[in-house]
Amino acid sequence: MTVARTQQPSRPPHRRRRLNRDRITAILMLLPSILLLAIFVYGFIGQTVYTSLTDWSGLSLNPEINFIGLKNYNDLFTGLLDVRFRQDLVNTFFFTIFFLAGCLGLGLLLAVLLDQNIKGEGIFRTIFLFPMALSFIVTGTMWRWLFNPGGGVNRLPGVIGLQPLELRWLTDRTQILQFNWQDLPGIILLVVAAVLAWMAYRRWQRGRRNAARVTGGIAVVLALFVLLGGGKAIPTTALPETHGFNLAFIGIIIAAVWQQSGYTMAMYLAGLRGVPEELREAARVDGCNELQVYRHIVLPLLQPITLSAMIILGHISLKIFDLVFAMAGADNATTDVPGILMYLTSFRANQFAKGAAIAVVMLIMVAFVIVPYLYTTLRSEHEL
Amino acid sequence: MKKLLSLVLVLSVMLGATSLALAQGPSGELEIFSWWAGDEGPALEALIARYSEINPNVEVINATVTGGSGVNAKAVLKTRMLGGDPPDSFQVHAGQELIGTWVVADRMEDLTPLFEEQGWMEAFPQGLLDLISTDEGIWSVPVNIHRSNVLWFVPSKLEEWGVEVPASWADFLAICPTLKEAGVTPLALGENWTVNHLWESVALSILGADGWNGLWDGSVSFTSPEAVAVWDTFGQVLDCTNEDAASLSWQQATDMVVGGTAAFNVMGDWAAGYMVTTLGLVPGEGFGWAAAPGTDGVFMMLSDSFGLPVGAKNRDAALAWLTLLGSAEGQDIFNPLKGSIPANLGGDVTNGDLYNPYLQSAAADWASNTIVGSLVHGAVAPESFTSNFATVMEIFLTSRDATATANAAQAVALQSGIGA
Repeated sequence: MTVARTQQPSRPPHRRRRLNRDRITAILMLLPSILLLAIFVYGFIGQTVYTSLTDWSGLSLNPEINFIGLKNYNDLFTGLLDVRFRQDLVNTFFFTIFFLAGCLGLGLLLAVLLDQNIKGEGIFRTIFLFPMALSFIVTGTMWRWLFNPGGGVNRLPGVIGLQPLELRWLTDRTQILQFNWQDLPGIILLVVAAVLAWMAYRRWQRGRRNAARVTGGIAVVLALFVLLGGGKAIPTTALPETHGFNLAFIGIIIAAVWQQSGYTMAMYLAGLRGVPEELREAARVDGCNELQVYRHIVLPLLQPITLSAMIILGHISLKIFDLVFAMAGADNATTDVPGILMYLTSFRANQFAKGAAIAVVMLIMVAFVIVPYLYTTLRSEHEL
Repeated sequence: MKKLLSLVLVLSVMLGATSLALAQGPSGELEIFSWWAGDEGPALEALIARYSEINPNVEVINATVTGGSGVNAKAVLKTRMLGGDPPDSFQVHAGQELIGTWVVADRMEDLTPLFEEQGWMEAFPQGLLDLISTDEGIWSVPVNIHRSNVLWFVPSKLEEWGVEVPASWADFLAICPTLKEAGVTPLALGENWTVNHLWESVALSILGADGWNGLWDGSVSFTSPEAVAVWDTFGQVLDCTNEDAASLSWQQATDMVVGGTAAFNVMGDWAAGYMVTTLGLVPGEGFGWAAAPGTDGVFMMLSDSFGLPVGAKNRDAALAWLTLLGSAEGQDIFNPLKGSIPANLGGDVTNGDLYNPYLQSAAADWASNTIVGSLVHGAVAPESFTSNFATVMEIFLTSRDATATANAAQAVALQSGIGA
């Protein structure tokens, strides 16, 4: 009894948490949006995932839909006819890399320039930020005109009396950085091994010898596995298949960077303003020149902003559709992306199941970028 | 708002049923769904105007979704049909694009009674009826006819270069070096779909009408030696085309011929409309035409048509619309403006006020030639095949491997249920 009595003081707060007016109101207020989200976001994601596991095609009034497991996915990654999907993945990969590099590089440069307390900063800031206010469709249409081989950018050298350029831009069929799709598992494993090796090196430096040995060991095993031909053992396409970076994407990358670099500039500018002047002063007193101040003081402090920008730009580029559709049209194979292929597969070829499978692959790609970000953000908010 | 309006309309119809019963013909609304805006808009509007004269009690709603060859319109249509809200009548390429998508889905009404009642079983050529029918019925009313396999050139220029109009692709390949030496592009080509368009003319020439039809009923395999040979010839023909093809529209490819930088161009006969109306050329003088090499006597057709979806809200009004579309009168209103020929053989095609010399010659061929359907423009293959044929073409353009491409084409055919 005494034991029970001593526990009693802790019970009232417990009961209050369960049945409290505020809490009920809160639940009632949240309920509609939770329900709507559950149905219209997660419900339909679930429906799409289910559809991707079936053979639904055609627009029949009473369609006969069979569950076929992962066949659609298997087709997408290894089937003869879905070579276009695989090239689209490669396109997305290269597009994402160059788009991110372009936006971050140009955005940082513009931000640093604007940070020099120049006159008319407000005007320049607006000018650089302005493209972001446009829709991708507008950007795409405009740049399509500019990249028309008979005009626009190609005519530019003519202004100063030079020969016009003869670049094909969006219809260029040249492909560089080619590789065989069958080598891809090996390449991925080698990249993983390299990352692990780097982690092992860092751990070793920090004195975590045992952890370093384990990671390093896994890296060596993976590398050996690939070098001894293990990568080929993973089944891919039946025939060798060349994929690479289509130069036609350069035009699209330029347009996308033009639109989004102003946004990264704004983020970096906010970050730069957040760097305390005392830190810079201290560095200068310690004998840093301006370049060193940026290299050792400012840039490291901007790292969280770079991460946020990468996440936001990364998910834009992984699911890009409108810009490419407006610039190059639906059937320009050299500038195809998974989003366009999904649209055509579902709504032109009526293969809804396969279209759903492409959608799910895109969702997974975006999730790889977004989920770790949300996780770290939510956790740090929680800690605050 | 629209729903409210139609509710009010329905109520007033119910209340005023007695007074309306005195008026002739169907009443209510008629929603026509198409991708005809811009250049093709006036032809459709002329037809709608005539329809409103005949059926004054019907309010016509002209629902257009723009976008090249209907890619956006088709997507919107599919969402509407799946959502149980079909328009009363919609534009669709006659043939398998309709049958493979909507008829197999049991979403269209059989129009055989309408065809019999209007005497259209004789008014339309048998080859066309075959393309728009299945064993279960006739599925749409063709409103116009375009020809796909036409070779365009400028006669005076050919004389200047000393070449004749090729009668076969072998002839064409023989004069190709001559033209190249003269600094002329032998064959002007445009963006991606025009490449597929050229392919169907090459394939028709090598396979012949029977072989071409065989591809689509499954009696000729895409991997058969003749079908593989199509890709070989096609590759050689491509070597005679302009390198910047992918960045040109079909009009720009036609411009190359008119401007004298290219000798020939294979394009559908909407090119005639472009040259006559937009460029102001005189048929026969400013430009000449012939059947694409090796396809003389065969008319590869495509046609826009309208059908009657199951569950159309205003069925009577839609039937009246289809009646006007198929009639010789309706076709003579629409086609001169659209730059095509009437599918109905009763059309007044010898009337020079309505139809220019090119259209008259096309109409003569239409009445006498063997009729086959176009692949690119939806007549012979279901959408799943046509859509994936772009991938097949991409495989060929990347690899230039006839056998691998033929295998891919066969795989797409199997997947789309061709010949099944």
